[in-house]
Amino acid sequence: MEWETVIGLEVHTQLSTHSKIFSGSSTNFGAEPNTQASLVDLGMPGSLPVLNKRAVELAIRFGLAINAKIAPKSVFARKNYFYPDLPKGYQISQLDLPVVAQGHLDIELDNSETKRIGITRAHLEEDAGKSLHEDFHGQSGIDLNRAGTPLLEIVSEPDMRSAKEAVAYLKKLHTLVRYLGISDGNMQEGSFRCDANVSVRKKGEPFGTRAEIKNLNSFRFIEKAINHEVERQITLIESGKKVVQETRLYDPDKDETRSMRGKEDANDYRYFPDPDLLPVDITSADIERALAELPELPEAKKQRFIRELGLSANDVESLTASREVADYFEAVQQQLGDAKLAANWVTGGLSALLNRQGVEIAQSKVAANTLGELLKRIKDGTISASAAKDVLDALWNEEGSVDQIIEQKGLKQVNDTGAIEAMIDQILEANPSQVAEFRAGKDKLMAFFVGQAMRASKGKFNPATVNEILKQKLEG
Amino acid sequence: MSISVDEVKKVAGLARLGIPEERLDEYSTKLNSILGMMEQLSAIDTKGVEPLSNPLDSVQRLREDVVTETNQRDKYQTIAPEVEEGLYLVPKVIE
Repeated sequence: MEWETVIGLEVHTQLSTHSKIFSGSSTNFGAEPNTQASLVDLGMPGSLPVLNKRAVELAIRFGLAINAKIAPKSVFARKNYFYPDLPKGYQISQLDLPVVAQGHLDIELDNSETKRIGITRAHLEEDAGKSLHEDFHGQSGIDLNRAGTPLLEIVSEPDMRSAKEAVAYLKKLHTLVRYLGISDGNMQEGSFRCDANVSVRKKGEPFGTRAEIKNLNSFRFIEKAINHEVERQITLIESGKKVVQETRLYDPDKDETRSMRGKEDANDYRYFPDPDLLPVDITSADIERALAELPELPEAKKQRFIRELGLSANDVESLTASREVADYFEAVQQQLGDAKLAANWVTGGLSALLNRQGVEIAQSKVAANTLGELLKRIKDGTISASAAKDVLDALWNEEGSVDQIIEQKGLKQVNDTGAIEAMIDQILEANPSQVAEFRAGKDKLMAFFVGQAMRASKGKFNPATVNEILKQKLEG
Repeated sequence: MSISVDEVKKVAGLARLGIPEERLDEYSTKLNSILGMMEQLSAIDTKGVEPLSNPLDSVQRLREDVVTETNQRDKYQTIAPEVEEGLYLVPKVIE
């Protein structure tokens, strides 16, 4: 009997608010330690939490995007545990009545089938601070800037059957939260963190005992860590041992998971409703407002690009990979009025340039309207596509406007059919044997003639015109 | 339902309360009498009664998402036992 892997994921995504979930402290990343930790964040006796409206709105927006139920009444609870970066001795979270329940996300599998992954719930909670364990004379240093940062914890059903499916789900979720503008999804800064619940079973049998792997903060690590954990569990069971329910930490340097705490000291969080916070009322008006703020989602965008712009499924996949790319493409497309050309350049030339420079499209030094202008010059025959690549590089280096650069670099294409014809006559005359071969049926030689003409013109002839004239002369 | 001496120890451990060995029995007895009262309550038919999450019959007021706090680190840290480089120092919690 074959082994089957069962995976459920918990994702903590940091919500894009200016201030913390229960205090007016800034949530900016990278500030000096404890300069963004107010009395509420420090857990000072007598301070009281006041819920951030925006955090609730963003949670509702997420719920709508995954077709979930939005709780009309939502309650905050205390999750009690002791750790120095949790000054109150409890984390304010949600247990029985989370803002979002029972949604789903569809993922595409390798065989291009679609699989629906259930999302059990998504609840609001506060983040803890950070502990720094090195270099403080045997003590730990505590930075509470992150304490109280709003998180949305998104809990999936145990619906995934391989590390690949888990990664597909995570990538989809990552794209979604950024599309929705509810989180920047920055994994290095910890804005999108994942814990994986992994178990194995023989097909058709009940779920096996699961282990929870923590500390997964890159897609590559997640896949490796899950695969590693699956192997560990199968080896255990096949050698007659048992998987114990425990929390394991993934160590990317050693590519292994190791036990963090076993079941005997498993957390007993003793949740209870937080008496400092009243139930949150979510009215239909709140939901209407969130609906109005809901942007077009990736799936809808894909369908629209295919339907209205006549793009292929392949094109739209990379064009909708992030909202920034999609917005950039649409701006270029609207200016140019040629979706295919815009798509080719956004996913081709521009994307290659961004990769070389190691930046995201949002940091592109060539704005969408500038690329639009450049592509117009291809479309009206002023320059060739290969010359346009040089112009793009020059635009990145801020050497001038599109037309200035074309002028400076002498990249203007020769469209003068008289000049092209004269040059082609020369080439044909100089290569009589190739002409004979071509006429005898060796069609491939067309590329040779085009190449000769382009070289002779230093790439300035309009290749379409060259082709046309060559055809006339050789076939006519 | 009853709570044993072992459970008293466990709950005390979770809450970081130090209970002297000789008083564990007393705690167990007292907690059991409280739980006994709870059991009386659970005899009441609460069908159709919405669980109460807060005794105040009101809903949560929300705050606008605006930064209102400024950096007061120096003041807050005057009462901390030990600080360094802006960090609060605590006994080491991992090996």
